[in-house]
Amino acid sequence: MNNLINLYKEILRIRSIENKISYEYPKGEMRCPVHLSTGQEATPVGICKNLKNTDLIVSAHRSHAHYLAKGGNLKKMISELYGKITGCAKGKGGSMHLIDIKAGIIAAVPIVGSTIPIGTGLAWANKLKKNNKIVVIFFGDAATEEGVFQESLDFASLHKLKILFVCENNFYSVYSSLNPRQSKKRDIIKLSKSLGINSYRIDGNDVIKVFNNSKKIIKNIRQNKGPALVLLDTYRWLEHCGPNNDDNLNYRSKKEIKYWLKKCPLLKIEKILINKGLLTENLITKFKKEIDKKIQDAFTFARRSPFPKLNELNRDIYSK
Amino acid sequence: MNKIIKFSEAINQALDISMKRNKNVIILGLGVDDPKRIFNTTINLKEKFGENRVFDMPTAENGITGFALGASLKGFRPVISHQRVEFSLLSMEQIINQAAKWNYMNGGQMSVPLVIRLIIGRGWGQGPQHSQSLESIFAHIPGLKVISPANPYDAKGLLISSIEDNNPVIFFEHRWLHDTLGRVPEKYYKVSIGNAKVIARGSDLTIVSNSFMTFEVMKSLDILKKYKISPEVIDLRTIRPLDKTTIIKSVKKTKKLLVVDNGWISFGISSEIISTVSEQCSNILKSKPSRVGINDSPIPSTRALARHCYPGPNEILKATCKMLNKKISKKDLKILPLNKTDVPDKLFKGPF
Repeated sequence: MNNLINLYKEILRIRSIENKISYEYPKGEMRCPVHLSTGQEATPVGICKNLKNTDLIVSAHRSHAHYLAKGGNLKKMISELYGKITGCAKGKGGSMHLIDIKAGIIAAVPIVGSTIPIGTGLAWANKLKKNNKIVVIFFGDAATEEGVFQESLDFASLHKLKILFVCENNFYSVYSSLNPRQSKKRDIIKLSKSLGINSYRIDGNDVIKVFNNSKKIIKNIRQNKGPALVLLDTYRWLEHCGPNNDDNLNYRSKKEIKYWLKKCPLLKIEKILINKGLLTENLITKFKKEIDKKIQDAFTFARRSPFPKLNELNRDIYSK
Repeated sequence: MNKIIKFSEAINQALDISMKRNKNVIILGLGVDDPKRIFNTTINLKEKFGENRVFDMPTAENGITGFALGASLKGFRPVISHQRVEFSLLSMEQIINQAAKWNYMNGGQMSVPLVIRLIIGRGWGQGPQHSQSLESIFAHIPGLKVISPANPYDAKGLLISSIEDNNPVIFFEHRWLHDTLGRVPEKYYKVSIGNAKVIARGSDLTIVSNSFMTFEVMKSLDILKKYKISPEVIDLRTIRPLDKTTIIKSVKKTKKLLVVDNGWISFGISSEIISTVSEQCSNILKSKPSRVGINDSPIPSTRALARHCYPGPNEILKATCKMLNKKISKKDLKILPLNKTDVPDKLFKGPF
């Protein structure tokens, strides 16, 4: 029961953070590209709730929800978006390079597919060091078109690495749908299975399904039954990059958008919990209040933080 | 104990010593444990350190660079070997976007101690895709270090330094240097990154070069001597960070500069060095700076054409004499028989 409420609260929290970014962004103080996770929260929440703090994740350009669900520091994230020295990468990375080593968030990069081999390397190191940590690699449908996707699955399978590959299929790479990108005969699950990876397709907007299924899958990985891939269908609500909705451009059909908005991951679990009598309007208001307070604090912290000084410009190019 | 050994053996010693000293050093790449052992440079390593330290890899250059990067974040110090420079081009994404920027883009929280060995091919019809000297492409990138030794002593000391460095290092080995000999201490020692070396003292002009071209410059010294030319020769050893101090100091003394580039002339190492000198001490130059390097074309397979791509003692002599206003006697320009132009010397029997 507690688990379900926690799943709900976490989706609510991430949704609220993304909404706040969306609201503040037009003021022109967060001056870096942002790829918001609004609508795609169920996947990271369902999966990360099954991870330990010592497990590692890597992500791509749309990484806010992954970072937050894995326990990344909110103040440092918002500060990073504001380009401040208090940011998780001292303002040198921006929204596309979130990192929180303490929470096991090793990297996020915007070059599609590029953290897949790096995450694979982390898991390889874990194996060589004989520890039981798991690496979760988050990527999108387009990343499966990159060569490193196959290269990494092959290597993970060959060395039986403890990796969960998480493919969030939101059906679009920027404005390009699957049609011009992938053959109709192509099947990510079959591709992945043919490389020796245990592979599963799950409704990516149903956090309870994601949580329960990934729990078993992650347990199997931990017990050294081989790497796995989960393919989760989901949908991004806003534009590819930026705080707005751009459906006026008509690259997605109204019917399709309507279908996915109805499948809202937040409303879905909210309804279930209300029906079960676990959630009330009062409780929702209380949660929202708690969450909003923390978000407000983080934004205030970020705004008040200083920019990096000039001596930071040439620092860190090389490690000593 | 100093012994005379081959360049390839010096590389092998550096790997062996580094692996012995630090159990986190791992060796990987296609063929590192195959029967030929990357031209003998990885010989005996699998036998000594086992299959958890020496990894034959899939033919997936971008992937394996990412795997090595990932492993380096967890304490390993991977050394990747590619049998030709060109294979690394498949991994430029991981090298330039990821490894080179990693430490910077996370604000100095995690660095990438990674060495990538690249072997420059030449001769025996290597052709356009097995003979490129691409040091300058990598040297353009902040966050990378680029090493290019010319003799066995430096090769060993610089490779050990590269493996111990906390940054991504691109380590160039010219295939025609692998069989060259030099005196090398058996023990552990380091040659520091970022220091060029004056390998011949002189006063008439400064010649700067690297890798196999340094070897060619040294071969030219006798004939230059005949013309009473005494050059100061600088072997760069490290391309990035470039040791500007050593170059400037020498040019201030000789007041003349010739760069013998191991790669193409345009947009390359020679451009960088001549720009540096022009910016810092052009007023003291007594003649225009000059450079020779590889012909601005892909390098063809046929030896009939490839021979015209590479500068050698003739080109060095011509450029030097032009700069010093000396006339060359034609008999000093040695034209090698065609079948001697595509092998380093008569002892070299491949594999290429």
